[in-house]
Amino acid sequence: MKLRTLSVALAAAGLGFGLSAQAAGISDDVIRIGFIADMSGVYADIDGNAGADAIRMAIADMGGEINGKKIELLTADHQNKADIASARAREWFDQQHLDMLIGGTNSATALAMAAVAAEKKKPFMVVGAGSSALTNAQCTPYTVHYAYNTVALANGTGSAVVREGGKSWFYLTADYAFGHSLEQDTMKVVEKSGGKNLGAVRAPLATTDFSSFLLQAQSSGAEVLGLANAGGDFINSVKAAKEFGITNTMKLAGLLVFINDVHALGLENTTGLYLTTAWYWNQDDASRAWSKRFFEKHDRAPSFLQAGDYSAAKTYLEAVKAIGTDDGDAIMKQLKSVTVNDMFIKNGHIRKDGLMMHDMYLAQVKKPDQSKAAWDYYNIVRTLPAESVFGAESTSTCALK
Amino acid sequence: MTQLFGVPIQALLGQLLLGLVNGSFYAVLSLGLAVIFGLLNIINFTHGALYMLGAFIAWMGLQYLGLNYWIMLFVAPVIVGLFGIVLERLLLRRLYKLDPLYGLLLTFGLTLLIEGLFRSFYGVSGQPYSTPALLRGGVNLGFMFLPIYRAWVVVASILACLLTWFIIEKTRLGALLRAGTENPKLVEAFGVNVPLMISLTFGFGVGLAGFAGVLAAPILQVSPLMGSNLIIVVFAVVVIGGMGSILGSIVTGLGLGIIEGFTKVFWPEASSTVVFIIMVIVLLTRPAGLFGKES
Amino acid sequence: MNRQLIAYLAALILLAALPALGGYPIFIMKVMCYALFACAFNLLLGYTGLLSFGHAAFLGLAAYACGQSLTVWGWPTLGGLLFGTAAAGVLGLVFGLLSIRRSGIYFAMITLALAQMQFFYFLQAPFTGGEDGLQGIPRGSILGLDLSQDINLYYVVLLIFVLGYALIWRTVHSPFGQVLKAIRENEPRMVSLGYDVDRFKLLAFVLSATLAGLAGATKSLVFVSATLSDATWQMSGTVILMTLIGGMGTLTGPVLGAIIVVALENKVGEFGRFLMQQTGIEWFRVLGESVTIVIGLIFIVCVLAFRRGIIGEWLAWRQKTG
Repeated sequence: MKLRTLSVALAAAGLGFGLSAQAAGISDDVIRIGFIADMSGVYADIDGNAGADAIRMAIADMGGEINGKKIELLTADHQNKADIASARAREWFDQQHLDMLIGGTNSATALAMAAVAAEKKKPFMVVGAGSSALTNAQCTPYTVHYAYNTVALANGTGSAVVREGGKSWFYLTADYAFGHSLEQDTMKVVEKSGGKNLGAVRAPLATTDFSSFLLQAQSSGAEVLGLANAGGDFINSVKAAKEFGITNTMKLAGLLVFINDVHALGLENTTGLYLTTAWYWNQDDASRAWSKRFFEKHDRAPSFLQAGDYSAAKTYLEAVKAIGTDDGDAIMKQLKSVTVNDMFIKNGHIRKDGLMMHDMYLAQVKKPDQSKAAWDYYNIVRTLPAESVFGAESTSTCALK
Repeated sequence: MTQLFGVPIQALLGQLLLGLVNGSFYAVLSLGLAVIFGLLNIINFTHGALYMLGAFIAWMGLQYLGLNYWIMLFVAPVIVGLFGIVLERLLLRRLYKLDPLYGLLLTFGLTLLIEGLFRSFYGVSGQPYSTPALLRGGVNLGFMFLPIYRAWVVVASILACLLTWFIIEKTRLGALLRAGTENPKLVEAFGVNVPLMISLTFGFGVGLAGFAGVLAAPILQVSPLMGSNLIIVVFAVVVIGGMGSILGSIVTGLGLGIIEGFTKVFWPEASSTVVFIIMVIVLLTRPAGLFGKES
Repeated sequence: MNRQLIAYLAALILLAALPALGGYPIFIMKVMCYALFACAFNLLLGYTGLLSFGHAAFLGLAAYACGQSLTVWGWPTLGGLLFGTAAAGVLGLVFGLLSIRRSGIYFAMITLALAQMQFFYFLQAPFTGGEDGLQGIPRGSILGLDLSQDINLYYVVLLIFVLGYALIWRTVHSPFGQVLKAIRENEPRMVSLGYDVDRFKLLAFVLSATLAGLAGATKSLVFVSATLSDATWQMSGTVILMTLIGGMGTLTGPVLGAIIVVALENKVGEFGRFLMQQTGIEWFRVLGESVTIVIGLIFIVCVLAFRRGIIGEWLAWRQKTG
């Protein structure tokens, strides 16, 4: 008797959950964009919730609807865990009729989401993550790698530092897809430019105490300490390097640096640092105008990832508008056939392997007295043409090209 | 550069010194745990969360009230201690008659609650906390550049450990405490308020955790997760040292830090696991721990 | 006995029909995997009286082993599942041999330590992919049934769950199960009666680990991935919670506990947002996003007031009034 009553209870529970999923809303009259990123961890500031807001700005700039169909945004925090990211993406595609996924920071989660998007045949635009694997070994017909990748960073910053005299390198690497990708790509560039790679040490993501890793780096005797990490990890390793006097004997090379990092560390600690960026808020009038809107809401300058989120969403929505449907295959065909020009991307086009080819910039952090306004931190040293910094299509190992 | 087993002496000494710093944290934290378990028979899983709380209180003191490090070094442990007393009175007291494993489960739940709360307010990246001006800069030891603050951590921790050991082993208060936990009825018959003593002891034990938290703030950044990875290692230290032994946890804590430093040089991948390997070996051969007494 | 059988059959029919009624197969499969995990854990805690704080090691190892065999070695799905389960069983034997010698808090500590060692090994080992995890595990097919279709996999997972549950049911209701219960109640007595208590405990441990492994291997098929989250001590804590909420020492308790915890994890976010929209208090959204807080609260409440768990309390109440 007790067990029958129990199983009825179980059944009711199961029914409840099953059916409530049904009631969530089946409607294909809505264009749904999903954004999964790190909202609370080491990458929360450079992308995160403000990145979601940038997407909302794009939706608003498109009028909030296309041909009568409303545009909606779903957001989620993957906490830098690939399983959370892929489970949420899968659930959105299956249950919420998601039409397009935008990937925030963390390459491991991006790779996992790319697999889900490919399975569901929907476009996936990677903005926050940088691993070059996304358009090489793990490319799919539905992945667009939008903002930057580790090859571009290696080519830009790596060769600039070697040219400056930093010939022997040792790497402090974040131990996951992005870090490995950046480390490997930079090692190749350093060797090609005539430098030497003396070794690497891998630190878990979100390490707070880098002291023992830095000590190892110092005992290698290299001239340059390549920091193959980003966000909070980058900030903490620079601080520790200063604390332990590493900066007296080694030159620091930040391989992925955001304006938020420069702000957190201050110009005194970052002057002269070379960095490769996809965009800078102060680079031209259109960028300044958009950044002003962002600044009003968030009281800080946007990173190039947040600008990238805006641009990716807008480009997608314009494609939907152009062909009148949100069918995955049709959209991918449309996206790969147009040239993109907006405040973030100049003369951009998407290659067959999914890589958005666009110019990047080599920047150098200003001296404190050169900075004329809040967040005025960079001198743009040189424009890096797309082909030179991303490499030719022939170098891609993607099977789709 | 001279080498020892194929590794430069510089690197070895550097890592050993860093290991000593880590060991100091292990010592202070496991001391608090050992006090609580040894005298009260409570398995306090919240120790890590309270360590984090100590660091956060120090940060909040600076951020919101402009109180500097030195003030918070004394204030934060007191606040954490008081919070601990509240926890003990309200929640833990109800479980004394039950299997001690329930205490473990309750404190596990408390840990999730406390860490979850801080996580939702502050995210996980961590708040920066700058080193107090007096302790900035470093000393060039030849084989490495040692920041003064790290040396201070070792000194402060050892002082705290010695003070605690002295109080418990050498003073009348400590004797009362030890007697009270062995035979509460008898001590109560002498007019000593045993429940109050228990609460105060718990408060003191977690106060030590709070103290360690303030020490850690400039080094580790103040993050809601800073306790959760540390707590398991600290448990292992206490088990190795002997769950009731004050001296055991101090010696084991420092020793483990040094062993970890050593391991980082020769076999870096194993540095996180070496404590557990040692713990398993100790539990199998000397179940009461290195300094513990068989009960 | 007959009434029990009818009740189980009714539940089975309902489960089989759920996808047709609009249930999301992936969600229900997730619940079933965790339910099996919790039932396996309960065999050790509720029936033998041993609190293992490292059961996630078996879940994780099985997931990685299954994933590795399917993705890298190209084994057939059934082979991968069996391999994952067997790997967990072997690990259970090793862990069991090391931990059985001690009891109570020391047993819990040893299992925790061993599981942490296992976790750090996973973190370093190249085959697991570390933070990236093992992604894109091919589901393959079993006996010609293409498992890349969620609905097909659903029935396979249902079958696995039923078999696992039945095995546990059979174990509990066997002489072996009686001995385990007796050991939980009064170990010294059993020793004095001449039972080789250590051997029984070890057997229970290995059985529990193997079934936990089955749950892990199956889960890796459902989510086509195996990641570090499967092997963390937080996961070990979660399964303890599931068993505690549902009712230790009851058969259906862990299943209910699993449903509650998994549903919580999914719905807390929505519930928080709902509360925020209703009341306009921004903080509810934040609360909603923190599953950890809710789980912590439930743990505390359960330990203080609700130690027998939902099913346990319910059974006790029935006994008093019935």
